Amino acid sequence: MAVRKPPITTREYWAPGHAACAGCGPAIVMKLATKAFSEAMEEKYGNPDAFAIAHATGCMEVVSAVFPYTAWKAPWVHVAFENAAAAASGVDAAWKKLGRKGKILAIGGDGGTADIGMQALSGMLERWHNVVYLMYDNEAYMNTGIQRSSSTPYGAWTTTSPPGKYSIGEDKPKKWVALIAAAHLVPYVATANIGNPYDFVRKMKKAAKVDGPAFVQVLAPCVPGWRTPPEKTVEIARLAIETGVWPLFEIENGDFHNIKIQSPGGGAKVKREGGKVVAIEFKKPIEEYLKLQGRFKHLFKKPEAIQVMKDQIKAMWKVLGVEVTLP
Amino acid sequence: MAESPFKMEIERVEKEYSEKMTPGAVVYIPGSSVVNKTGSWRVFMPEFSRDKCVRCYLCYIYCPEPAIYLDEENYPVFDYDYCKGCGICANECPTKAIVMVRETK
Repeated sequence: MAVRKPPITTREYWAPGHAACAGCGPAIVMKLATKAFSEAMEEKYGNPDAFAIAHATGCMEVVSAVFPYTAWKAPWVHVAFENAAAAASGVDAAWKKLGRKGKILAIGGDGGTADIGMQALSGMLERWHNVVYLMYDNEAYMNTGIQRSSSTPYGAWTTTSPPGKYSIGEDKPKKWVALIAAAHLVPYVATANIGNPYDFVRKMKKAAKVDGPAFVQVLAPCVPGWRTPPEKTVEIARLAIETGVWPLFEIENGDFHNIKIQSPGGGAKVKREGGKVVAIEFKKPIEEYLKLQGRFKHLFKKPEAIQVMKDQIKAMWKVLGVEVTLP
Repeated sequence: MAESPFKMEIERVEKEYSEKMTPGAVVYIPGSSVVNKTGSWRVFMPEFSRDKCVRCYLCYIYCPEPAIYLDEENYPVFDYDYCKGCGICANECPTKAIVMVRETK
């Protein structure tokens, strides 16, 4: 039997022995992102190690760098919650001055990107630094004990948005940082999902190869924060694509009229006009995605909240220029 | 697995980090977290049957540790020193070549 080659490099930049929970979604992101980055650097500069990482405070920083140990096998700096993008800009400026070829990877969680690091991110994108910003979106401040962030979706339970008699949990829609990043007219902005790792690796490589800033937002389920069984991490992430909760798209040079949208799979019917996706008919109901997660358990007593959620998903897709129908 | 692929790294970390703190508390050994044997967290362990495996690499891609390596023939090898027993590999395996069994010690 002819054996396929491994689809991704076997070089490891993320060592075992870190303290992430069993079934951690963001840990998969870190592993695949560094592998994709090293492949891209090898193809572009002939040196797989031509990258450095600036990491904002967050789950992955805390679990990977328990003093005196580190899980990273690449140059890595931990900075405060708000300034991963600023530190990455500084490394990029220094590398330019030294004449070093390579790319900087800045990593932040959704709290460190959508809330606290927003202006550092905006500044980095606007100053056109040669940096890829990777936002791993686990939809709350998981590291400090599951507090809501601006990236928490509607209806989710967190410790600071508890559902009850007068509350349905988080009552505001999710903020899409990828769209804000695209508004800077940067060369490359994408959303990805660990439920589709090939797509994520392809986008990460593309982001690493462009000249100038790039932004990738990737959904990474959190086992304790989402109240899910550890073995379902990837399944839930995949259901997020298949039910329409998580759109996969790419925006190049801020061109909102030519957004590339990846097919969600899961039996969804995609209608194209002139190569562009104009409508998607999803076949899997979002309840399938919600029922696996303890953080949405209370919503099944309030069906009107699920309807609000569906309206918000439709509104999000409309921004991307796609009419969706949800079952 | 006969011998840990991180044997040399573990020996180096244990030797150099045990004596005294480095100046400025610098962490200078890359990947030094391999001394933490997180396999003790496990309740269920993955059991792999080689004849069912089609080498799709999904377990290798998804393992968050990573505690799955590839051998010379590109079959997955499980490192039980670090596997936390999350079960993603067994859940995603298309041919059910990986099953989770309760750990007995």
